[in-house]
Amino acid sequence: MVDIQDPSQPIGPLEVQEVELYHAHSFWTKYVFSQDAKVIAIQYGGLATAVGMIGLALSWLMRLQLGFPDLFDFITPEAYYQFITMHGMIMVVYLLTAVFLGGFGNYLIPLMVGARDMVFPYVNMLSFWVFFLAVIVLVVSFFVPGGPTGAGWTLYPPQAILSGTPGSQGLGIVLMLVSLSLFIIGFTMGGLNYVVTVLQGRTRGMTMMRLPLTVWGIFTATVLALLAFPALLVASVMMLFDRLLGTSFFMPSLVEFGEQLSYGGGSPILFQHLFWFFGHPEVYIVALPAFGIVSDLLAVHARKNIFGYRMMVWAIVGIGALSFIVWAHHMYVSGMHPYFGFFFATTTLIIAVPTAIKVYNWTLTLWKADIHLTIPMLFCLAFLVTFVNGGLTGLFLGNVVVDVPLSDTMFVVAHFHMVMGVAPIMVILGAIYHWYPKMSGRMLHEGMGQFHFWVTFVGAYLIFFPMHYVGLVGVPRRYPEMGETLFIPDSVHFLNSFISVSAWAVGIAQLVFFFNIFWSLRNGKPSGHNPWGATSLEWCTPETPPGHGNFGDELPIVYRWPYDFSVPGADKDFITQDDPAGGLRTEGST
Amino acid sequence: MTTVLLFIFVVVGTSGWWLSHQRLGSKPWLESGLDSVSGTDRIGLPKAKMGLIVFLGVAGILFALFTSGFFMRSEMADWKDVPLPGILWVTTGLLVLASFALQTALRAARNGELSAVKNWLALAGMVTFGFLAGQSLAWQQLMGSGFVFNGNPANSFFYLLTGLHGLHILGGVVGLARTMGTAWSDASIGKLTLRVDLCALYWHFLLFVWIALVIAMQSWAHDPFIVSHH
Repeated sequence: MVDIQDPSQPIGPLEVQEVELYHAHSFWTKYVFSQDAKVIAIQYGGLATAVGMIGLALSWLMRLQLGFPDLFDFITPEAYYQFITMHGMIMVVYLLTAVFLGGFGNYLIPLMVGARDMVFPYVNMLSFWVFFLAVIVLVVSFFVPGGPTGAGWTLYPPQAILSGTPGSQGLGIVLMLVSLSLFIIGFTMGGLNYVVTVLQGRTRGMTMMRLPLTVWGIFTATVLALLAFPALLVASVMMLFDRLLGTSFFMPSLVEFGEQLSYGGGSPILFQHLFWFFGHPEVYIVALPAFGIVSDLLAVHARKNIFGYRMMVWAIVGIGALSFIVWAHHMYVSGMHPYFGFFFATTTLIIAVPTAIKVYNWTLTLWKADIHLTIPMLFCLAFLVTFVNGGLTGLFLGNVVVDVPLSDTMFVVAHFHMVMGVAPIMVILGAIYHWYPKMSGRMLHEGMGQFHFWVTFVGAYLIFFPMHYVGLVGVPRRYPEMGETLFIPDSVHFLNSFISVSAWAVGIAQLVFFFNIFWSLRNGKPSGHNPWGATSLEWCTPETPPGHGNFGDELPIVYRWPYDFSVPGADKDFITQDDPAGGLRTEGST
Repeated sequence: MTTVLLFIFVVVGTSGWWLSHQRLGSKPWLESGLDSVSGTDRIGLPKAKMGLIVFLGVAGILFALFTSGFFMRSEMADWKDVPLPGILWVTTGLLVLASFALQTALRAARNGELSAVKNWLALAGMVTFGFLAGQSLAWQQLMGSGFVFNGNPANSFFYLLTGLHGLHILGGVVGLARTMGTAWSDASIGKLTLRVDLCALYWHFLLFVWIALVIAMQSWAHDPFIVSHH
């Protein structure tokens, strides 16, 4: 089906055809309906961050309720359910997925592979605007009668569309499902671009094995997302029909408040299978780009080549493939056959192998390296520690017998916030400090960055570490308050207040970060083209920020892999990918 | 979830086969310059065709997931199969014909026979409209005999799967219309060939999906003794 060029055939210089670029002329086509991946990246990242701020604010409200249960009358149990639902969905889908793939994917893929733009710029523009529409629909659901859905971010039927759940009778759940469907359609448009640009848009000399790990991570995550998000689409469409047209895909026979409903025979478990067939790969859709980015940041800021590049590539691909056969470990308590539990526990624990390889390789990259404790490096170190912590509790939860008592407790909440909340956010923040100079031509303010890092890092641990203990004593998740519950000791109430205060502090520290971003646009120190001494192609553009078409008149030619740091004999401690000579080093001396 | 796992298995296999040609075992840290590498080792396909192939992967898993849901739901006690209207055999034939017409148009385009391309494209368009008309007739017949959308999950799935397939065909019709626009303008034969190529590939894919769906909807295909889950 697919023709591969014979690897033994050398390729002539004309092999890289020039792309026809769309040249925008008016303000509208340049900055609003832009087809330039760099503009789309900033649109995606900005909108995702804005909606993420709603998610953050919701977590503050939740913490107010959990820390000080009787103080705030406006947080009813119904409102609390709506807060947790929207917080979860916003953070996982509309923030993390959109920032990593729509934001960093759009900005970095064309620049890093040496392309002028994505291969289908028009479709890329549509992708953002469909995402925009999805966000509008999501936000509108806050203002409809009955409010947004409070079904929990997993939206399990039958409760999601029964009258006891907030947002089920009005438009809340409908808008949620419509918004998700739009998001998936929009993402698919972008995803096609990211994949085909990596496959077909690479410049001369840029083989797959010369790609920065960032591109490998985003590429593999996009493939996962293209295959996993349709499961959520299928689940959403079928639930919409159950809710609006009275079908019984998921709805069993039910008696609600003494009244027999017209549903019958449907399978709520079918929804769980579909949801988690999306939901588990989703973890890696977020994690793989983070893995890739952290690899590149560690190498740059430790002035050392990444340890075990090949192994890192294999691990990314291996994790991606394995992530499709572990989904039912989210369903251990759904009454599944014990042998299935055994199977899914085994596959889950097998994923720990490639993941551990990555952690070892990051650690070994740092071993005897020239570590510069820049802000990006600090965030990478914070990621490493946090990811290991969250990963270790994952080993607990991956085992059926340990998971059953811990299921639906705050322990689970602490686990997934560490591993796919805090850890990826650390990478996003580090990546912003790292690439902001390329996007703006100026450095972010160091002092504000230090403050932001330390409050965020220490604060995140003050929030989520105690939460493990709260979960271990048996506090269930999704309960707005515990009241006079016998097995809950007073220390839990104290910890809850403590966590809430920490959460507010961390949230407020983010304001410093946003201030820094806007302040540095004008007042930051000019960065030059390559302030970190990095090697990959985005640092080799003739203009900073890169102009339309990225690389001026001629596309770069790639002569080496992206990790030539501290090469013995070279005149600098880095050699960029487009450097044919490599400083003073004589060719072939390796 | 058997169907979708089979699909994932095919995707993983294809990707693995492609990756195995990407010199994953090479040592990039030892290889500088252009001589030691095979240039860009990109896939020798036009971008649009590669884009379509990736899209078909997404559409494929969408149908595989619905089919998985169909199989799992069909094991519940309340399931009553829909008697497939006879007209579906006619529409199946029409879809085969459309696929064949586009393949012939592609062959003609490669030989530079512009008038033959136009004729076969026109035939493909007409036959495709015939297919869509036949499908909606099948819907009307079923609804007329009382098989309403929310009557039984078998009905719901029938309308959902055929509707989704029809929507994909409709999307294809837009592409086909643009291709015909190219054929009737004085665009280069190379551009026309590419577009016909994309249409043919898309129609073959939707024919394959349609046949798979018709098979899945036969009662022997979703017998609980054959398809297992849990």
